[in-house]
This record gives sequence, structure tokens and C-alpha cells, in this order.
Amino acid sequence: MQITVTVNGEETTGDVEPRLLLVHYLRVNLGLRGTHWGCDTSNCGACTVWLDGVPVKSCTTLAVQADGHQVRTVEDLDAGGALDPVQEGFIQEHGLQCGFCTPGMLMTARALLDANPDPDAATIREAISGNLCRCTGYENIVRAVRWAAEHAAAEVTA
Amino acid sequence: MQVPAPFEYARATSVAHAIALLDQHGPEARLLAGGHSLLPMMRLRLARPETLIDINGLTDLDYVRLDGDEIAIGAMTRHVTVLNSPVLREHYRIFADAEAVIADPLVRNRGTVGGSLCQADPAEDLSAVLSALRAQAVIQAASGSRTVALRNFHEGPYETVVGGAEMLVEVRVPVRPGTGSAYEKVHRRAGDWAVAAAGAFVQLRSGVVQDVGIGLAAVGADHFTCAEAEELLRGQEPTTEQIRSAAGMCRDSCNPQTDQRGPEDYKRHLAEVLVERALSRSIARATGEEN
Repeated sequence: MQITVTVNGEETTGDVEPRLLLVHYLRVNLGLRGTHWGCDTSNCGACTVWLDGVPVKSCTTLAVQADGHQVRTVEDLDAGGALDPVQEGFIQEHGLQCGFCTPGMLMTARALLDANPDPDAATIREAISGNLCRCTGYENIVRAVRWAAEHAAAEVTA
Repeated sequence: MQVPAPFEYARATSVAHAIALLDQHGPEARLLAGGHSLLPMMRLRLARPETLIDINGLTDLDYVRLDGDEIAIGAMTRHVTVLNSPVLREHYRIFADAEAVIADPLVRNRGTVGGSLCQADPAEDLSAVLSALRAQAVIQAASGSRTVALRNFHEGPYETVVGGAEMLVEVRVPVRPGTGSAYEKVHRRAGDWAVAAAGAFVQLRSGVVQDVGIGLAAVGADHFTCAEAEELLRGQEPTTEQIRSAAGMCRDSCNPQTDQRGPEDYKRHLAEVLVERALSRSIARATGEEN
């Protein structure tokens, strides 16, 4: 089936089987391997991308369902040439160890901060509850998102 | 890598079109709503439909609105919309209580009310919520629509009364002034299915229970409820003893199974405790003692 998906602002096209999952369309067809493919059971959230501005698990979305829609992946976070504050926050607060959950965490955190620029720790924990970190680094991840909340984009790029 | 078996894919442009596609493709066709039960089952090859009919384009089924003396919820309403709905928050806190513990925020962004109900998992939370509230399900066929009480919607685990060329399009909940409602769930970790869960509403008039509803999930309760416990409370002053008696009836009448989520006696105990808490919080909310 012929599909057209706008990914990170650029139109992409593909002739795909209906059973192709969005995560594999992004990673295999487009070579965008920033989005990680993790548990395969809709639990871990490593594959989180935005679909029309809403964070979703791309392993539980068919590529054909993204036809005609907008997808944003982790590769777009530093599209302006500088790291997004959430990326900088993960560096500053040691928000990752093995890094496997990080792309999903970043996309969920960016969506949270866009909707709520000053979330408390409980709100952050609730927001990332669909993203599992098996290095048990939640303390630092929450601090990293708080760091991003406290440092506006302009400050990071300055 | 888990991928579904090959299938045909069709995109419905209206409810009538979806029903026509179901009719055309026969019994091995499935509607694809949020897909957060169906697609994982297809990846595990527990489900192997020949055709998926994608109804995500039917945005006219995505609504929560006051309609006369009822609240109407469209079948394609996402869980996140139910969680944040001001109309539901005003009339029935049970929805926000339950939605806050259904899966996780990412799943709630995609999963739908209609999909959850039609998946008909015995541990599914909205089935208990809507059974407690004695909601009605509106089922559309090519020839017209019919309305079924939510308590009669499930025919068994993973089976509903929705026919092959039919589609659940809406659920309707009566508005009940002077009502408090609540949902209580025990699960092993964030986002998991219930070990056991209970919901309730209590409508008070002059300190007497005018109407009451109880919903139970994951404990094998007939029609997701316990009618005799409701009967006991109706028309009575809701004393602590009455609530305990009603909760005990729920414990004794349900039929939980021992499985990886816990033994049967523990689930029975949970049913009792959670019904007691749900009723008590419903009453506190009806009287304004609790928000």
C-alpha cells in the first residue's frame, strides 16, 4: 500500500505492507534509528514518537495509520542546531545510563513540557509512567525533566 | 521481532461505510480502533484477522457531551479525553478515578472507549464503570440502531453482543442529581490490569439511598456487578454496617479465578474491601465531604 507520511516536517513515501509497524517504517524504511524498538508488547515506551503532536507507542501503530499524518521523532529535537532543553537536561542530570529508554523518555518529556511548562515531580512521574527505564534511573530522569523546565530554550541556546 | 500475520487493510470513511466493509469482508474482518489490545494480540498471533477496517478517521464518534438528561460518549473517544472531560468530572468522578489507572498516558492517547468495551477483557475497567452506572450501549447496523444495557453487553470473556456487521457507536449514561461516584483498583504495578477493581455510584436524597450502582472488574462477577448488594442498599440509610453487608455480598457472589495476578481468596477479599471503599467515597462525594 502506498503511503505518504510527514516525518519531522519532511514528506516521506513508501510502498508498505499493511502489517508494517510504524516503528519499523521509521527505523528500516527511513533509517531513523533514534526511535528504539524495545519490548514488542506495548509496555516499554522506548518507541514513543509523536503522531499529530500526541506521543504514542509506534510499535502499536501501523505505518498505514500514519498515512497522511505528521510524525515527529527524537531526531527532530535538535533540528534547530542546538539540543532541546530536555536533551541538555538528561546530560546535566545524568538522566540516562544505558540510554535505551532515552528517545522515548525525551519525546514524552517534550510533550509534557509543551502542555505544562512547570510540572512538579509527581506530574512528571505520571507522564513518564508509560516509559520504562530498566537501569532504574527514574530519580535522575525526573530531575532531568525538571532541569529542562527550569531552563527555557533560549537560555540553553544562548 | 513480532509482526502480525498478513492482512488486508481498509479505511472506513463513515459508520455506514465501516458497517458495509464488515458485511463485505465477513467474519474474519475486525474494526481497528485504538489498536492497543488488537495489535499486540495480532503480533502474538493470538488474533489473526484477514481484514482490518480502520475507523480512526471517524472523528465524529469522538465526543463526550450532555444530551438531555444523559451523557453521551462516542465510541472513538480516547481514554485521555474521558480522563480530562469536564462534563464527566462534574457528574461522575468514577470516570477520572478509573481512567487515571487504565494503562499509561501513552496508551490512553490512543485507546478508545469503544475498543475497550468490545475487546471485553474480564479485567477491563470501563466495563465495570459503565455497568455500575447502568449505562446503555448503542449498536449500529445497516438496518438501524439498537440499544443494549451495558450489563447485558458482554456474553463472556472477549465476547459481546455486537454482531458481525454491527458496530458499537455510543454509550449513554443517565445523569443523576445528588450523586457521588468512585473507582478503586488494586494492580501490581503502574499501568497493569486490575488484580481486582470496584466502582460505585450512590444517589442520596434526604440521607437515604435513592439509587446505587456497583461495578466489579477482574473477579468474575455476573454482568460486572452484584445486584443483590445494590438491592440491600436501595431505600436505606447508608450506615457503615449496611455498606459492610453489601461489600460482603459482593465478596461472596463473585467468582474470581486463581491466576498469575493472585489467588482466588485474595481477590475475593479485595472485592469486599474495594466495594466498601468505593461506596464510602461515593457517599462522601455525594454529601460534599470529599471532592
